[in-house]
Amino acid sequence: MTLILGRKKGMTQLFAEDGTATGVTVVEAGPCVATQIRTQENDGYDAVQWGFEDVRESRTSKPRRGHFKKADVAPKRFLREERLSAPATIDVGAAIDATVFEVGTLVDVIGTTKGRGFAGTIKRHNFSRGPKTHGSKNYRAPGSIGCSAYPSRVFKGKRSSGHYGDTRQTTKNLRIVHVDAERNLLFIKGAVPGANEGFVQIQTAKTGTRTPKKR
Amino acid sequence: MNLIETLEAENGKDVLPAVHVGDTVNVHYLIREGEKERIQIFSGTVLSIGGRGIRKTITVRRIVQGEGVERIFPLHNPRVQEVEIARRGDVRRAKLYFLRDRVGKKTRVKELLGEKARRERSRDESIQAAQAAAAAERAASKPAAATEGEE
Repeated sequence: MTLILGRKKGMTQLFAEDGTATGVTVVEAGPCVATQIRTQENDGYDAVQWGFEDVRESRTSKPRRGHFKKADVAPKRFLREERLSAPATIDVGAAIDATVFEVGTLVDVIGTTKGRGFAGTIKRHNFSRGPKTHGSKNYRAPGSIGCSAYPSRVFKGKRSSGHYGDTRQTTKNLRIVHVDAERNLLFIKGAVPGANEGFVQIQTAKTGTRTPKKR
Repeated sequence: MNLIETLEAENGKDVLPAVHVGDTVNVHYLIREGEKERIQIFSGTVLSIGGRGIRKTITVRRIVQGEGVERIFPLHNPRVQEVEIARRGDVRRAKLYFLRDRVGKKTRVKELLGEKARRERSRDESIQAAQAAAAAERAASKPAAATEGEE
């Protein structure tokens, strides 16, 4: 598995030679620096902790400042671990950039979705609304939420209004269309979770690389 | 300019044709017939201009065998090789969708002539010159940036 951290910059489209347009998300990926190596004997598992985007030391928390000092790297804003199946072959301070991915590979992109606050059932669960007019008092109300005397309660898991968005989400099997090594940009076909300028993790696809079953 | 705008400026065409709503245009579109490629010309009236940046499109309407045909051309598409402006139209709205409900002589658009046309033309030329200059500047700064990266 390959993992890189980045920032979603926005969407645009690319034209192919035959005139077809592809909608792509531009992600500024890397350079990322290894800030810690986790080992079997020390932590019980093997992993590399990557850091992305420099941040002023005064904007870093004290515990983190110590952490970066130990690794002897500049303070980073965004830290995530890449789980490894074998002990890491790289050292703390090693850097990667957008070229770790080749054009054509499938990737999973993990991001934090846009927060929508306290949302009603229509936005949150795609419920239908009632009539707007003709004396209707049921415009965006959820409708019936269950039976009466039996069971005298609302079943658990009943879809209802509440906080929506601002959760971790993975979009699977997106193809890398273009890599701009000079500016560390990845062009990924399709949409990725989160707002523009939001942090994302891009990693090799978990499922899509398997060859499809023969029919 | 933000990153997306920069990328769109780099990937798109350097100079866009100076099309306006109401113009009669000949769109040179590269089509594929089996193995061979040839240019097809679609001429008609521009009903609307949509989109921004690399997504900018024009809607062109013409009457083919008594049937109205509309095609939407992305202006930055490499297949759209040229947009010739055959005639400038004198219109007062941004979208000419009302032409869809008209037949025969009523579908005509008044031609833009005289002082106003000359003024518009010089304005278009200055816009295109600015686009060409911006493209030249990008081309000049690009190799410089590349060498900086290597150092």
